[in-house]
Amino acid sequence: MSAPCDVVIVGASLAGLRAAEALREGGYAGRLTLVGDEPHAPYDRPPLSKQVLSGWVRPQETFLPRLHPIAGAWRLGVAASGLDTAAQRVDLADGTALDYDRLIIATGTRARPWPVEAEAGLGGMHLLRTLDHAAALTAALEAKPSRVLVVGAGFTGSEVASACRDRGIEVTVVEQGSTPLAAVLGPVVGGHAAILQRRAGVDLRCGVSVTSLFGDVQGRVRGARLSDGNVVEADVVVACLGAVRNTEWLAGSGVQAGPAGVPCDAACRALSADGAPTDDIFVCGDVSHFHHPLAGERRIALEHWGNAINQARVAAANLLRPGSATNATALPAFWSMQFGANFKSVGLPSHGEQVMIVQGALETGRFVAAYGRGGRIVGAIAVNQAQWLPFYEQQILAGAAFPPDWRVVDQPQGATPQPAGFPGATPGAAYAGA
Amino acid sequence: MSETLASDRPQTPMQAIMDPASRADPYPLYEQLREKPVWHEPDGSYVISRYEDVARLIRDPRLSVEPQNSPRGGQGLSFLNMDPPAHDRLRRMTMRHFGPPNDPGRVEAMTPALEAMVTSLIDAVRGQDRIDVVANVSYPFPVTVIADLLGVPREDEPRFHAWAEGIVQSQDRDPREPGRRTESAEKAFQELAGYMFDLISQRKGAPRDDMLSRLVNDDGPDGVMEPGEMISVSVLLLLAGHETTVNLISNGMLTMLRQPHLLQLLKDNPAIAPGFVEEMLRYEPPVHFTFRGALCDLDVGGETIPKGSALQLILASGSRDPRRFERADTFIADRPNNQHLGFGSGIHACFGAPLARLEGQIALKEMARRLVNPRLLQDPPPYRFNPTLRGPRALPVAIDGVLP
Ligand SMILES: Cc1cc2nc3c(=O)[nH]c(=O)nc-3n(C[C@H](O)[C@H](O)[C@H](O)COP(=O)(O)OP(=O)(O)OC[C@H]3O[C@@H](n4cnc5c(N)ncnc54)[C@H](O)[C@@H]3O)c2cc1C
Ligand code: HEM
Repeated sequence: MSAPCDVVIVGASLAGLRAAEALREGGYAGRLTLVGDEPHAPYDRPPLSKQVLSGWVRPQETFLPRLHPIAGAWRLGVAASGLDTAAQRVDLADGTALDYDRLIIATGTRARPWPVEAEAGLGGMHLLRTLDHAAALTAALEAKPSRVLVVGAGFTGSEVASACRDRGIEVTVVEQGSTPLAAVLGPVVGGHAAILQRRAGVDLRCGVSVTSLFGDVQGRVRGARLSDGNVVEADVVVACLGAVRNTEWLAGSGVQAGPAGVPCDAACRALSADGAPTDDIFVCGDVSHFHHPLAGERRIALEHWGNAINQARVAAANLLRPGSATNATALPAFWSMQFGANFKSVGLPSHGEQVMIVQGALETGRFVAAYGRGGRIVGAIAVNQAQWLPFYEQQILAGAAFPPDWRVVDQPQGATPQPAGFPGATPGAAYAGA
Repeated sequence: MSETLASDRPQTPMQAIMDPASRADPYPLYEQLREKPVWHEPDGSYVISRYEDVARLIRDPRLSVEPQNSPRGGQGLSFLNMDPPAHDRLRRMTMRHFGPPNDPGRVEAMTPALEAMVTSLIDAVRGQDRIDVVANVSYPFPVTVIADLLGVPREDEPRFHAWAEGIVQSQDRDPREPGRRTESAEKAFQELAGYMFDLISQRKGAPRDDMLSRLVNDDGPDGVMEPGEMISVSVLLLLAGHETTVNLISNGMLTMLRQPHLLQLLKDNPAIAPGFVEEMLRYEPPVHFTFRGALCDLDVGGETIPKGSALQLILASGSRDPRRFERADTFIADRPNNQHLGFGSGIHACFGAPLARLEGQIALKEMARRLVNPRLLQDPPPYRFNPTLRGPRALPVAIDGVLP
């Protein structure tokens, strides 16, 4: 194959931007075009549910720092609508098209919409994925609503509830699972998250779902009916139902793509219909679906900031120099801030069959929980104990035994492994996990 | 150590390092240490000297600082020698009165007072053509700072200085029980503790604007400290503020006098002081080793260190490891990515680092600016005994005057 001289990147957010920078940093001097359906320059999403909602950072202060000049053409505000791999052409929604000799797919995910269309259109209904969402929700919170209803207590929902309490706003959280964060960390650590929420004054309802929303004559949301028969009145509703992968534009294109994402190999190469890796199409970030040694045979998706950056680098390196980089050695890592607590994880907690508190104690709010599968440690979450995570990272990489045979400081007396309690593969209740 | 007299033939680099004759320049011995990742010493301890290993192990929860787990270390100095959760609680309760998030800006706000102290110490040598940097500046400056901060009367300095020296510079540990202080050190410790007890009792209910008053009268989220805890915390702070920054300033001046282009550089560009002091903490650090005990078997560099072993982590060697630092034996005033081990790392990372940095910057900047044509009179200068808290006992310097 000839050397790349016409690279198109679809998706102009974290993964797309960092891939473009890595290409230039790697010496690529040819044409470079970034296509993004959002009108904004690339911005950072993690602050949207944290500092932005709490009022510490304005939405327009989240633009991503530029690490390297890109000298590329930006096609912002226009979506890619189709891909012809044989012709090496991306079709755009405005009727134009872009030819490429290498393509990077970085279209990420979008917020899962409220499933009932009529209810989704009520005034006061919010989602949280984009800068525009965050600006709208922040404005709604500044208007001092009498109560906010958050549906779904994954990381995003929990952070939204935390921001509401920071602002002194009453908030009800409705979560189908037995605890907040149950889908990503399991009910043991989730139980601690529930305590944090209640202590902060959240009206938390677990094991319950929203059956319908109701509005007033002006078409503004007024509240929700719950599966337990209760009614919650609220003038702002935030649906935090997880993510949907942006793959529709790839339908019929010849690269594999579907609701689980765009499958790729450890070199971040997309797969063609017969399962063989392509040599001109790469995938990175939240939209990718890949094998990780920790997860065994299953493919996983990681909605993690750090993974987007890492895969962007791997994709760019292999685009320029095939076979020069792999994503298989990087350990997933993730963080969240809520109710004054710092959550930080390494590895894949949600793949654990068992969980065990290995340092500290749940009751003190400072602890590390390790997750094991098949006799090996596969993940760890530290709550207000991030300083120990490098150790757990080493242990996961080394394939250390679970339950652990080490002795560490602040080890709880008589701790034993418990069932991790993951409900199975629940599709995205939050932005972390598989 | 008592068993390593200068006349003994040292068998290992570590034994040679303990020898007072090596005090002036232990760095070639550190280089020898780094040839192997792990040295198993005749006394049973394990010596770790490469950057990567030291930086990893100092943050490894399988290592303890509690005296009963750490057969070589453990002076029993409050939270410095405690594991979590006891360590974290006491450190949080102390830190509340010393920095963010509860008390941000406290250290920075001390800048004018620190500058005034250095100014008057240097003013005091006007008219002399010979000074001792240690006696004139390096020692009195940080001691006054920590005394003022805690609320210990300056005029009691000779008393607590004698006690501090007795504890820190005691020549050997009790040979019957390694890890225990000798009887003379124990006596000094008891006297210092008694002195602190009296001060703390005075502050109870009659607070002044000092840290002892805040410690004794505060009821924060972790509750109130026990009197015994308060005494040992204040002894720790007094010693830590006493026996470390003095060496940063002396070692810094010594380095500049040996490499006059550095003196000129700092004189011409006082704004580079922060990076300059950072590099000093890497190049000539005040704290050379730290000790830990293994709570279980550990693999280091292909070797198993058995449970219960003492580990000596050679911070000063890690900071000179060429695997981590380019031109490691060269002082580079603006060295990028300078993650030295001078303040340790992990949960026991130096509590006083922001203050120590500020003290070092102010003292070195002002000496470089005001002392006219300073020349080293004795090279190497005489060193104090302690190989861990290593620094000159005196630093005689000739000067041609003092600028205003
Ligand atoms: C509120 C929030 C908080 C978060 N907090 C954390 C956190 O604390 N820690 C953490 O590790 N991660 C966090 N994340 C996850 C992190 O932000 C994502 O992992 C990261 O944004 C992934 O980057 P990406 O570029 O792959 O995808 P995205 O950021 O989703 O970007 C994809 C881009 O492609 C665009 N696009 C989609 N389809 C098309 C098309 N057909 N044509 C053109 N453009 C298209 C999209 O509009 C979007 O701009 C958070 C995410 C959110 C939403
Ligand atoms: C240049 C001066 C200083 C240096 C190089 C220095 C270095 C260090 C080092 C290396 C440690 C870690 C010890 C270990 O891990 O075993 C430490 C801990 C500590 N230092 Fe400093 N220090 C300095 C000044 C100070 C000052 C001025 C104070 C007090 C205000 C102070 C207070 C402490 C305390 C309390 C600890 C124990 C922290 C803990 O265990 O959590 N230090 N210091």
